[in-house]
Amino acid sequence: MEVAIQCRGLRKTYDGKVEAVRGLDLTINMGECFGLLGPNGAGKTTTIEILEGLLEPTSGEVEVLGRTWQSHARELREWLGISLQETRLSEKLTVRETLQLFSSFYRHPSSVDAVLEELSLQEKADALVGKLSGGQKQRLAVATALVADPRILFLDEPTTGLDPQSRRQLWDIIRQFQKRNGTVLLTTHYMDEAERLCDRLAIIDHGQIIAAGTPAELIERLTGHHVVEFAISGQGADNGAAWAKLPGVQSVRADDGLFSLQVNEPHETIPALLAEVQKQRAQLVHLTTRQASLEDVFVQLTGRHLRED
Amino acid sequence: MATIEQPPAMSGPDDAIRTNGRWSGYVNLLHMRMLELWREPEVIFWVFVFPLLLALGLGIAFRGKPPDVTPIAVVEGPKAQEVVNLLQRSPQHAGIQPNVMSASAALDGFRLGKYALVVTMDDSGVQFRYDPARPESVLARAQVDDALETAAGRKNPINTETKASSEPGARYIDFLIPGLLGMNLMNSGMWGIGFALVEMRQRKLLKRFVATPMRRSDFLLALVSSRLVLMIVEVALLLVFGMLVFHVRVEGALLSILLIGALGAVSFGGIGLLTASRAQKIESVSGLINVVMMPMWIFSGVFFSYERFPKIFLPAIRALPLTALNDALRAIILQGASLDSQLGRIAVLAVWGGVSFVLALRWFRWS
Ligand SMILES: Nc1ncnc2c1ncn2[C@@H]1O[C@H](COP(=O)(O)OP(=O)(O)O)[C@@H](O)[C@H]1O
Ligand SMILES: [Mg+2]
Repeated sequence: MEVAIQCRGLRKTYDGKVEAVRGLDLTINMGECFGLLGPNGAGKTTTIEILEGLLEPTSGEVEVLGRTWQSHARELREWLGISLQETRLSEKLTVRETLQLFSSFYRHPSSVDAVLEELSLQEKADALVGKLSGGQKQRLAVATALVADPRILFLDEPTTGLDPQSRRQLWDIIRQFQKRNGTVLLTTHYMDEAERLCDRLAIIDHGQIIAAGTPAELIERLTGHHVVEFAISGQGADNGAAWAKLPGVQSVRADDGLFSLQVNEPHETIPALLAEVQKQRAQLVHLTTRQASLEDVFVQLTGRHLRED
Repeated sequence: MATIEQPPAMSGPDDAIRTNGRWSGYVNLLHMRMLELWREPEVIFWVFVFPLLLALGLGIAFRGKPPDVTPIAVVEGPKAQEVVNLLQRSPQHAGIQPNVMSASAALDGFRLGKYALVVTMDDSGVQFRYDPARPESVLARAQVDDALETAAGRKNPINTETKASSEPGARYIDFLIPGLLGMNLMNSGMWGIGFALVEMRQRKLLKRFVATPMRRSDFLLALVSSRLVLMIVEVALLLVFGMLVFHVRVEGALLSILLIGALGAVSFGGIGLLTASRAQKIESVSGLINVVMMPMWIFSGVFFSYERFPKIFLPAIRALPLTALNDALRAIILQGASLDSQLGRIAVLAVWGGVSFVLALRWFRWS
C-alpha cells in the first residue's frame, strides 16, 4: 500500500517547557480516512499542524507524499487541502468570492461552481460570509480546502460545535472525497465521529499515542464487545471483586454507584450476574446492556472520560 | 473550414483542467481586498469623508473673513458717551464695537472673555484694563488707544498704508490641505496595513493563507497595492475639494504630487508593517500605532508650522517621515516645486520606508 503521510519520533516542546507532542510515530496510507482522537489539549492540533508544514517540530521526521517540507514545500502546498481548527474568513466577502480567492492560489484548482455544488452551498453562493450559520461557515472552511483539488485533506476538528444534522452533512462530504481516492487526516474529540468515519485511528493523550488501529480492532482488543451496566441497592461498593469473577467478564469499573462490566457474551454473563445479586441479598435497581464504544476504550486506557464537560 | 473539437481533459466537461497563471493569486488578493474595503463603511468614512470634514471645519473657522469686530466695554459715567463718539469718528470705527455698561458688568464680561478691553474715562483721562496674555486684548488696547488719539486730533508724522493678505496661496486653508493629505496618508497607511495585518493574524487567516501555495510576497504586494489605489483617491478627493470649496490653487505638477503621495503611502505602509510584524492582538497593535503616530501629529506641521518649536528640535522634527511628506507636498502643491528640489525629503521618506520593510520582513510572523 502506498504511504501518504509518515512521521517518526515527532516531538514538540513550546517555549522550552510545554511538551505538547512527546514522540509520535504515524503511517497513513493513500485513500484512507485516518483519525486522531483525543481530549482537548492532547496535542492533536500541534501534531496535524506539524504534518501540514505550518509548525516546526522540535525533533522528528515528517514525510508527506514521499517529500519533506524542507525540500518540497511549494510542491506539497499544491497537493494538500487544509482546514485549520479556527479560521475566521473575511466576513465582507461572499462565499463565491472566498472560494474564488482560494482557488486562485493553486495552479490547477477545482472549479468553484463544482465545489459549491458538492458542499450544497449554491444557494448561499452570493451571501456574505458574515451572514452564514455555524454549519455553513464550517462547510465553507472545508470548501476552501477542497477547491485546491487536493490529494490529501487535513481537517482539524471539522465538526466541533455543530448540530447533528450539520455534522452528518460534513461526514458525507468527507466520504465523497474519499470515494474519489482522496486521503483524509482529521482530528476529533467525538468518539462517534471517529468510529463512523475513520478507517483507522490513533488515540492520543498527553502528546502520545496510547492505542492505534481500526475502530473495531481497538474495541475488540481493549474491551469486550458489550458493556453491561447495573446498579444495586443494599450493597457496599467494595465488592467489585465478586463481579470480576463472573463468566465472560473482561474488566469491571465502578462509577458513582454504577457498575460497568466489559463482556464478550452478555447471554453468559447476565444470568450469572442475577444469581450473584440474589446470593448477596441485594436488589437490582438498574440493568442495561450496550455495544462497547471508543469511549469505553479511552476510559479503559486512561481512567478518564474523553469529554470532561 | 474545419473546427477541431478538443476532447475534455478528464471525464466530464466540468473537469476540464483549469490552470492559473503566475499572477492570479496577486490579482485576486488585490481585488478581494478592494471589495472588502469598499464594503466597510468605517473605512470609507475615516479614509475619505473624515479628512474632508476636517478641511471643511478648519477651513471655515479660519477662512479669510472681513477683519474682526472687537467688542469692548465702556464703563458708564458722564464721559462714556464721549468715548463712544470719539471711537465712531475714528478711522478704525468698523473694527471696534463699544458697549456701555456698569463697572461690575464690564469686569465680569472682561473676565469671561466677552470683551477684549474695558475703557473708563473720567476727568483725569482714559484708563484701559487689558490682559497682556490675551493677544486680542493687547490688540484692542492698541487699536482703541490709537482710535481715540486720532479722533481727538493727533496728527501722524508718517503716512502709512496697509494691505490685508487673504489671497489664495497664503491663507490657512492653503497651509492646511497638504498637511491633511500627509496626515491622511500616514493614518490610512498605518491602520490599513498595520491594523489589518494583525486582525488577519488574530483571525488565523494569515496562517490559513500560508497553508496554500500563495506566494507571501504577492500577499504583501497586494496589500501595498491596495494602499496605492486608495492613495490616488485620497489625493484626488482632497485636492478637488480644496479647489472647489476654498479655491486652493495647485501650482505643482499632478504627477509629482502623486509620486510623492505614493512614496508616502508606501513608506507609512512599511512602518505599519513593522508595527504589525509580531503583535498577536489588535489591542496591542492599536496602542503601538498611536504611539508611533502621536509625535508626528504634534511635531510634523499638520495644523500649524513646526517652525514655532525651539530651534534645537528642528533637525529632529525634519527627520520625521510625516514632516518630510508634508513639507514636500506643500512645496509642490503651493509653490510648484519640482521633484528634484525635494530630493532630501524624498530620501528621508525612502529611508524610513526601506528600513521598516527590511526589519518587518525579518521579524514578520504569519501565525
Ligand atoms: N502556541 C502555544 N504555546 C504554548 N503552548 C501551546 C501552544 N499551542 C498549544 N499549546 C499547548 O500544547 C498542548 C497541546 O495543544 P493542542 O495541540 O492544541 O491540543 P488539542 O488540539 O489536542 O486540543 C496544550 O497543553 C496546549 O496548551
Ligand atoms: Mg485542537
